[in-house]
Amino acid sequence: MAVNARTLYDKLWDRRCVSTDDEGVALIYIDRHIIHEVSSAQAFEGLRAAGRRPWRRESILATPDHNVPTTDRELGVDGITDRVSRQQVIALDNNCREFDLLEFSLTDYRQGIVHVISPEQGMTLPGTTVVCGDSHTATHGAFAALGVGIGTSEVEHVLATQCLRQQKARNMLVRVDGALRPGVTAKDVALYIIGQIGTAGGTGCTIEFAGEAIRSLSMEGRMTLCNMAIEAGARAGLVAYDATTEAYLKGRPYAPAGEDWQRATADWQSLHSDPDAGFDLEHIYAAADIRPQVSWGTSPEMVVPVDAAVPGPQDFDNPVKAEACESALSYMGLSPGQAITDIHIDRAFIGSCTNSRIEDIREVARIVEGKRIAPGVKQALVVPGSGLVKRQAEEEGLDSIILAAGFEWREPGCSMCLAMNADRLLPGEHCASTSNRNFQSRQGLGGRTHLVSPAMAAAAAISGHFVDVSQGEWV
Amino acid sequence: MDAFTTHRGRVFPLDRSNVDTDAILPKQYLKSISKFGYADWLFDDWRYLDPGDVETDTPSRRKNPQFALNEPRYQGASILLAGDNFGCGSSREHAVWALRDFGFRAIIAPGFADIFFSNCFKNGLLPLSLPAATIAELFGLAAAEAEFELEIDLAAQLVRSATREWHFDIDPARKHHLLEGLDDIAVTLASVDTIRGFEAQLQAREPWLFRAGPDRA
Ligand code: SF4
Repeated sequence: MAVNARTLYDKLWDRRCVSTDDEGVALIYIDRHIIHEVSSAQAFEGLRAAGRRPWRRESILATPDHNVPTTDRELGVDGITDRVSRQQVIALDNNCREFDLLEFSLTDYRQGIVHVISPEQGMTLPGTTVVCGDSHTATHGAFAALGVGIGTSEVEHVLATQCLRQQKARNMLVRVDGALRPGVTAKDVALYIIGQIGTAGGTGCTIEFAGEAIRSLSMEGRMTLCNMAIEAGARAGLVAYDATTEAYLKGRPYAPAGEDWQRATADWQSLHSDPDAGFDLEHIYAAADIRPQVSWGTSPEMVVPVDAAVPGPQDFDNPVKAEACESALSYMGLSPGQAITDIHIDRAFIGSCTNSRIEDIREVARIVEGKRIAPGVKQALVVPGSGLVKRQAEEEGLDSIILAAGFEWREPGCSMCLAMNADRLLPGEHCASTSNRNFQSRQGLGGRTHLVSPAMAAAAAISGHFVDVSQGEWV
Repeated sequence: MDAFTTHRGRVFPLDRSNVDTDAILPKQYLKSISKFGYADWLFDDWRYLDPGDVETDTPSRRKNPQFALNEPRYQGASILLAGDNFGCGSSREHAVWALRDFGFRAIIAPGFADIFFSNCFKNGLLPLSLPAATIAELFGLAAAEAEFELEIDLAAQLVRSATREWHFDIDPARKHHLLEGLDDIAVTLASVDTIRGFEAQLQAREPWLFRAGPDRA
């Protein structure tokens, strides 16, 4: 290993490291701070109480997303029937007004999920640091940016100082060699990796995703993958800068333009790991081994290929995992040995910061075109990640295809990903969901979540149970 | 923030791994815009038989007798003993506020999720890792003794029972902050000139990051 060879993470860290104290704590300068209603009110309160103001208001983009209805958008905050939710969204509006911050409010056509709107505006840029009071800030790593999820105290800290106090994480490489099979998406890659390394596998690490299978992903796919790095316990996920990154960013409203664009793209060329850089941990997989994935339990690591069966406690050597399997199966109402394709679903949810971008909606439209949802399926929701995604999909006529198949076409927000609004599962219901967490009651008290790709969720809604979208009529 | 020096308290054993922040504090309570008042909602789905939200009157809710935290001996527990990867999932600091408001001052587990771990220190809560074998031993002691207590001495980095003691590792910077009850923002703002200097250099090198953008043009 060459002494000066650095990983992409090392380079990003060095670019924004203001100082490091004797105890190894660094001050990392923050370029972009995305804010939403749920993790910010207490931070603004703290700022006000201390008589402070945001350090650099131009670094901030705010939007309500977690706690907003996905219907009746023209009513704005008045459309929020839950009094407490309304109060929280109003608090964000008021804080943004008081401190003169850029906010895409509920009636702004650019409103959407924080991790969807910042990239599509060109706010998330290569070589930068991005924070948000939300764990899925890892998403932004798709742009060779350091995206770090933070808590509310840190939101206040970044508002007050433009810096984050951090200790450097370790470098992990996850390389996926070869080409993905048809019908296998970035979501399947993400779930497969988490199934392999576990939900604590990336703890204390920043994961760089590399290899041919990753390089050939679109920016949407890379965002899906980096988004789920947090589900592997990692602090951040990264993909190196390349022509795909550049093509995505060009011409976006907040991306550099003109002479800035020339300078920026020249600067970004170095945003990859040096060929002989060393990683603390490496995992190497073959793309050909990855099949469409379905989660069967209550943790994202509880996942198997769609053509497999639900495992039982005896399949685990580790007693802790065997016990976790048993309790997950009882919560999920599944038995060992049951074929995944025999699991019937009550609802399908296509949305969330993992899978709600235009590519995802196109994939859903392709699968459902000319078909109808199965009679036993109570609801199939499609919730675009932002107003711009919604608009684009409608321009392409995707909404009519989706509606004709019996799916609902909603307004942007987090929706049933965490069910803070009215979109939720009822106890015992099985849901094919494109979101990122299958924790107990995540999508509604007693709800049973199965994490899948958009194509898998759409096909499950059409069939009434899980099917392999890499086979037959679906490809 | 409250300083943490030495703490002695009742241990509540929660023998599960991967306890996520959705389980520690379910989403309906994230609607609150206050930083306090979360005690009644800690582990809500496990603690109560009927659902609740911010506006539900807690005394009217039926407690789940199967969930040990509802037992009288754990009222006033202040040390949580848990399985690996505690606090995974959502970054919600509300989960830490709920643990703190209930009265917990320390959590002992084989490992913690990163964001949760960091959130603890901002609220005077000590997350402390011990090897899996020691944790298993502590679970055994907690099961054997109805009113099992431990003492945690942060300065000496020791966990003590009536008869034994175990050393734990902690990062020196975090230890120092907790012992002194330091306010991170005040500490960082002592470097205000350094930050300003860095920012000016960055602006010269990557000016595109500092443009006002279409909404302010
Ligand atoms: S879509 Fe889900 S995971 Fe993403 S930010 Fe919203 S609540 Fe969090």
